[in-house]
Amino acid sequence: MNNAKAEIISRLKTDILKWQGFVPPVADEAKGIGLGPLEASFPNGVFPVGAIHEMLCPTAEQAAATGGFLTGILSAMMMKGGACLWIGTNRKIFPPSLNYFETAADRLIFVDVNHEKDVLWATEEALKCEGLAAVVAEVREISFAQSRRLQLAVESSRVTGFILRNDLRKLTSTVCVARWQVKPLPSKTEDELPGVGFPRWQVELLRVKNGNPGTWQLEWFEGRFMPVDEQFNTIPSHERKAG
Amino acid sequence: MQKRFVSLWFRHLLTDWLTQQRPELEGIPVGLTVMERNRIILTAINNVAQNEGISVGMTAADAKAIIPDLKVLDAVPGQAEKILQAAGKWCIRYSPAVAVDLPDGLLMEVTGCTHLWGGEHTYLQNLLTALRQKGYRVRGALAGTTGTAWAIARYGKQASVITSGDHIKALYPLPPAALRLEPVTLERLHKLGFHTVQKLLSLPKPALWRRFGEHLLLRIDQATGLKDEPLQILHPPEPYQVRLPFLEPIRTRLAIEKAILQLLADLCQRLQKEGKGLRGAILKGYRVDGKSIQISIGTNKPTAKVANIFKLLELKISTIEPALGIELFILEAPKVEDCSPEQERLWKPDSCGLEDTGVAELLDRLTNKFGSNAINRYLPQERYWPEHAIRPAQSLDEKPATIWQTGKPRPMLLLPKPERIEVMALLPDNPPMLFIYKGERHVIKKADDAERIEREWWLEPGLHRDYYTVEDEQGRRYWLFRSGHYGQEETQWYIHGFFA
Repeated sequence: MNNAKAEIISRLKTDILKWQGFVPPVADEAKGIGLGPLEASFPNGVFPVGAIHEMLCPTAEQAAATGGFLTGILSAMMMKGGACLWIGTNRKIFPPSLNYFETAADRLIFVDVNHEKDVLWATEEALKCEGLAAVVAEVREISFAQSRRLQLAVESSRVTGFILRNDLRKLTSTVCVARWQVKPLPSKTEDELPGVGFPRWQVELLRVKNGNPGTWQLEWFEGRFMPVDEQFNTIPSHERKAG
Repeated sequence: MQKRFVSLWFRHLLTDWLTQQRPELEGIPVGLTVMERNRIILTAINNVAQNEGISVGMTAADAKAIIPDLKVLDAVPGQAEKILQAAGKWCIRYSPAVAVDLPDGLLMEVTGCTHLWGGEHTYLQNLLTALRQKGYRVRGALAGTTGTAWAIARYGKQASVITSGDHIKALYPLPPAALRLEPVTLERLHKLGFHTVQKLLSLPKPALWRRFGEHLLLRIDQATGLKDEPLQILHPPEPYQVRLPFLEPIRTRLAIEKAILQLLADLCQRLQKEGKGLRGAILKGYRVDGKSIQISIGTNKPTAKVANIFKLLELKISTIEPALGIELFILEAPKVEDCSPEQERLWKPDSCGLEDTGVAELLDRLTNKFGSNAINRYLPQERYWPEHAIRPAQSLDEKPATIWQTGKPRPMLLLPKPERIEVMALLPDNPPMLFIYKGERHVIKKADDAERIEREWWLEPGLHRDYYTVEDEQGRRYWLFRSGHYGQEETQWYIHGFFA
């Protein structure tokens, strides 16, 4: 009896997820995006692609950290030769740095527009295009209705969208599947050797639909994300790399 | 289909044009002169002067004796051709094949054009009225051969539209000059008593050939239609061009959209049949007030799909100003490339990337809305100076010629221009201890040794830069540099980027 009930409940849960616009991942997406323990906090334990993610980066330093974290994710999404659009009004991303995060910068297309409202127009158009792996948009603010439009666009195209918001004073709620904030952390080197270590971040999942928010410390090490274990704080490193 | 031609004769081309430019000349006798063998000869006169009894070819002094208040102006060499070319360009709304017929006429092939104006009579009337309203005293004729049209326009007495079978009969009463003959030949014909074309045509051809040579026979054949006369068309028509004239000028957005769709359907049908796709298109609209407007689009990949091209043009419809109405649309595809339709059918939606047609179409839309500067893709370049490490890609399918550099780390964000900072450093070659950027003190906890990047001195002069990767006490990572050697006067510290 109990078993039957649990089965019904779990089936209902997946149905609800479906109705909320969450599409269960197809087989080859299930291997994950390389985020390790973070992925467990998402529904079904899989990083949601084909959805809109929101990332807060109020300062240039956080924007840089978010950029590193994001390109690490993009590298997994663009693995099969996909292309990505990066839309903004005031772009500072330096393409040669992306190689460090395993992303081919020549498959990134930058769209530089003059007005804030053009960013959202271009983003919506881009999200409708099934041929893209992901779309990144740098905006100051986004309203609930605007985020809803973007969500509707991705529901049919299955493109993943990332909204980088840099004005936290007008932090409105959105329909985004997750809200992230990435902050830089002091790096560590092996045996306290001098120099700057691997890029290390505090990744906060502030809000996640049907999942569990949380905070993690990650380090970019030899082309992948490594969770930082506080007890064994030193990761064997042969040479320091910060990107 | 029987070919049909219009010949236009501007009787006072130069003076009519002058009167348009200077309305004060209206109604007074005017003559244009050139210097010829130390005599000042009249080359053009207006109708007022002609009515008072002077003619072209007189000396200015003789003409002045007849009309004392004759206004004499200098003729500009080559002016007639310029005016005729402009008039010919204007006539493009009546026919795509217009040729200049020096010294004072235009020849147009109007095969298949006249029904749009409701018949040949109304077509010719419409054309002549429009030109007369512009201020030209013009005569015109429509006939089955260029020679007949030319003759009737200049010497015809009655009807100006000659049906195809009747053109030889129409030529009979005209003087031999109507056949466009040389002055020497005309003089001899006159002496021999040939006052009409009919008499000339009644002679056997070999006899004419013996006495007057090849040229006369050619002109007769051109007038009677035995030989075609090639026209030097003013606008050689674009190979991929479709036209859509309107009986009623259109003004609304809906009508313009419909017109564009119809033009595209015609053009794309032809493109698809020939296995081509367009890379650019120009839509020209000719307005009632004589002005023309145009919008143009470009695509990243050759395409022959109506829906795609329409989406691009649709973004620009709002820039079209119809004013009082548009009477003709012309859609041109100046740049056409091969594109195989099979390739599109094989396209699978799960293949994504720069080769994807969907991405190319999206970029076309963005390019046409924001301009080509808005879309940027970068390729690596083998240069160390950070600002020169990348170059914009020329096209969507250009592959990197070199690999992305993997040596020293580069910052995630690069400031467009390095910003000055205040720095404290202990020793000349040590990384700084702390720096102040935008009023905030950053105490540096970790730093890497300097990476010196020399300026590309063969391209530009200036100081080298010593770059330091530093991390402050909160873990924020920066890219700083000192330009020039430590301790020199022009030495200055800058911040150039942020690491992830």
